[in-house]
Amino acid sequence: MLTNPDIVKAIFGRLTLESLPLHEPIVVLTFVAVAIGGAVMVAGLTYFKLWGYLWREWFTTVDHKRIGIMYMILGIVMLLRGFADAVMMRLQQAMAFGGSEGYLNAHHYDQVFTAHGVIMIFFVAMPLVTGLMNYVVPLQIGARDVSFPFLNNFSFWMTTAGAVLVMISLFVGEFARTGWLAYPPLSNIGYSPDVGVDYYIWALQVAGVGTTLSGVNLICTIVKLRAPGMTMMRMPIFTWTSLCTNILIVASFPVLTVVLALLTLDRYVGTNFFTNDFGGNPMMYVNLIWIWGHPEVYILILPAFGIFSEVTSTFSGKRLFGYTSMVYATVVITILSYLVWLHHFFTMGSGASVNSFFGITTMIISIPTGAKMFNWLFTMYRGRIRYDLPMMWTIAFMLTFVIGGMTGVLLAVPPADFVLHNSLFLVAHFHNVIIGGVVFGAFAGIAYWFPKAFGFKLDVFWGKVSFWCWVVGFYFAFMPLYVLGLMGVTRRLRVFDDPSLQIWFIIAGFGAFLVAVGIAAFLIQIAVSVMRREQLRDVTGDPWNGRTLEWATSSPPPDYNFAFTPMVRDTDAWWDMKRAGYQRPLEGFKPIHMPSNTGTGIILAGLSTVMAFGLIWYIWWLAALSFIALLAVAIGHTFNYHRDFHIPADEVVRVEDERTRLLAAGAKP
Amino acid sequence: MSVAVATPQAAEPVFHVVDEHAHPEGASTMLGFWIYLMSDCLIFAILFATYGVLGGNYAAGPAPKDLFDLKLVALNTAMLLMSSITYGFAMLTMEKRHVGATQMWLAITGLFGLAFLSIELYEFHHMIHEGATPQRSAFLSSFFTLVGTHGLHVTFGIVWLVTLMTQVARSGLIEANRRRLMCLSMFWHFLDVVWIGVFTFVYLLGVLR
Repeated sequence: MLTNPDIVKAIFGRLTLESLPLHEPIVVLTFVAVAIGGAVMVAGLTYFKLWGYLWREWFTTVDHKRIGIMYMILGIVMLLRGFADAVMMRLQQAMAFGGSEGYLNAHHYDQVFTAHGVIMIFFVAMPLVTGLMNYVVPLQIGARDVSFPFLNNFSFWMTTAGAVLVMISLFVGEFARTGWLAYPPLSNIGYSPDVGVDYYIWALQVAGVGTTLSGVNLICTIVKLRAPGMTMMRMPIFTWTSLCTNILIVASFPVLTVVLALLTLDRYVGTNFFTNDFGGNPMMYVNLIWIWGHPEVYILILPAFGIFSEVTSTFSGKRLFGYTSMVYATVVITILSYLVWLHHFFTMGSGASVNSFFGITTMIISIPTGAKMFNWLFTMYRGRIRYDLPMMWTIAFMLTFVIGGMTGVLLAVPPADFVLHNSLFLVAHFHNVIIGGVVFGAFAGIAYWFPKAFGFKLDVFWGKVSFWCWVVGFYFAFMPLYVLGLMGVTRRLRVFDDPSLQIWFIIAGFGAFLVAVGIAAFLIQIAVSVMRREQLRDVTGDPWNGRTLEWATSSPPPDYNFAFTPMVRDTDAWWDMKRAGYQRPLEGFKPIHMPSNTGTGIILAGLSTVMAFGLIWYIWWLAALSFIALLAVAIGHTFNYHRDFHIPADEVVRVEDERTRLLAAGAKP
Repeated sequence: MSVAVATPQAAEPVFHVVDEHAHPEGASTMLGFWIYLMSDCLIFAILFATYGVLGGNYAAGPAPKDLFDLKLVALNTAMLLMSSITYGFAMLTMEKRHVGATQMWLAITGLFGLAFLSIELYEFHHMIHEGATPQRSAFLSSFFTLVGTHGLHVTFGIVWLVTLMTQVARSGLIEANRRRLMCLSMFWHFLDVVWIGVFTFVYLLGVLR
């Protein structure tokens, strides 16, 4: 044992044995479960000798399709964590009445609601949305990959590194107890001296690097790599919404980076940006973080709008109604999303004129959104609608989202907001639009593109179970919160006095239980589909009679996506090709130029994680060392000029012949 | 990408590019780097805005008038502007594929950059020595952060410059190296533009205030 406390401090910073939450039985049990599960997985991977395969084919891949799938897996895994937090809150609030303290102490409960918000936005919604964009956009525009394939791999691993840091905080130290946006002065060092806020800051900074760079990457991809003939106004709507989303990412995440950096300086160096003395101004933080935060919600919802547009038009068998107006609505939403941030703090006291301006801009956003709603309705009108799973999610979205939109307009009225702000009404509103919009959108997207990614459809029965549990569960879980909010119950409360409120929380808890069944059914659906994959197999590559280019290639697509780059003559390019009697080219294949895999992305992200850990625990030597290593690896990587190879023409011929054979076999009933 | 394959009316429709040429490597790099620079520009925009809001909060501490030495800042500005000119010369010689001259101009650029950083560090040291630390007031917090972030960018620019000089020395002015030099060029000039904003907004207006 070292005896000199200074040496121990120099080596371990403020990390001590007491930092491990051994006094929290819930956390200890979780840790045991996670440790056993992790050990089983590691043992399994080792036993079946899968590490090499994972490293070569997945971790180091620069293929946008595999990176997209990894993003989806990250999002789904983190959904389980974030949802566990939600269930804990629902249980606590349903129990803590009539003098009962519930089962969570305040210290733990405050971490739970903070972690729930952070995880659901940054490590569930963002990966799901980014994953779908990553997978689908290059296929929809007829490209072989994104503009910067290595950067894509690096972005993914940085996002994962952020998620890893949040997960570490569960077992080593603690997470922030500040709410998901960590407002100062509460989040400043005087009121949050422990590591919680530092975990928050560094997890978001590390993940933010990934998100910003993936935004740059996808903008470039859409601007530069579209197939010939695909003018901007011939781009599929999902590609359009992805473009707008990525523009929003690049134009808003730097703001988050800066505001978190300033908070970091306040906490680590003792500057006075957001303090209450020496001229600091906490309201600056609230303004700046919402200048990022409001565009962020559109970053999430716009791709979902794109998914619903693709699904509606495909499953109605019609061209999307009002394509042009859809594009303009998307662009208008993109611009307006920067002009409304102040509605998140009408009560801060900006004055009547400022509040009116932001109230009105907020209400104006509902106009383009309403236009989209009508476009979807008119697309369905007189369409031959097929109620497959993606379409079911879309209908549920349309019904649910309209309710959320209306309560949103309600909250946009400043006088009403003075009554409703910080209440459960607000909590119900944003869950209504995020679950009803983004989550339903992600499930619609998964059901829609899963057969493209894996070559077989998802099982319908378990999909329907999941669908109904989610939708009904959502209404049970959040409609009571609207009622409670109107009665004046504020958010983030741990215990209640008024026993008449308890029944609403029990109903909400039942809703959360239904959603849990929905999530379980979703996982079962995937497992069942994998087992029944031969019955669910699709060899055509076009199982839904699709309209856009991703359906023109095989399922799963070959590494190079398209043997020949398609030529686009119309919106709904694949529909046009099918109608004009398109024949798959069977000869004349050439070698295809592709980027090579690299392990640099995961190494850099790993070093970033270590550096962040050092900074969180004040282990300065570790932070410095990993920073130097980070620089060395990054610079070393630039000395490698050979980052590509050619898939030989023989290989292309072999892959395409195999597809020809499968198509011929599939054509025979 | 050959876009020239047009679809003649009434003829057989063409559905794919028959005669495809591989993308020239790095075709999107310039655009991508521009977009990255714009995101970096936003970082500075927020720091400027923060300085705009907090820059007058001296907390009874020193104000710009007490701290800024315009002559020193003018010298510093001259160093950075000179480095931009010499980087321009490096790009001109690069176009002529003169490896030696390019390397020389890059080295001179780096030295000007180092001079700029040294003067800035001297200024910071002087201010801190007088008790005008970043912790003293919100004005000083935002001043040190804005100017320091710029200085940090210049530092990374110099690291990058040295890296590229090594790479040019190893493999000459091949296309990849020229593209990288172009990116650093944009980065370097961008920092110059930001510095002009700092010089005007922070130093000149600060002394007037």
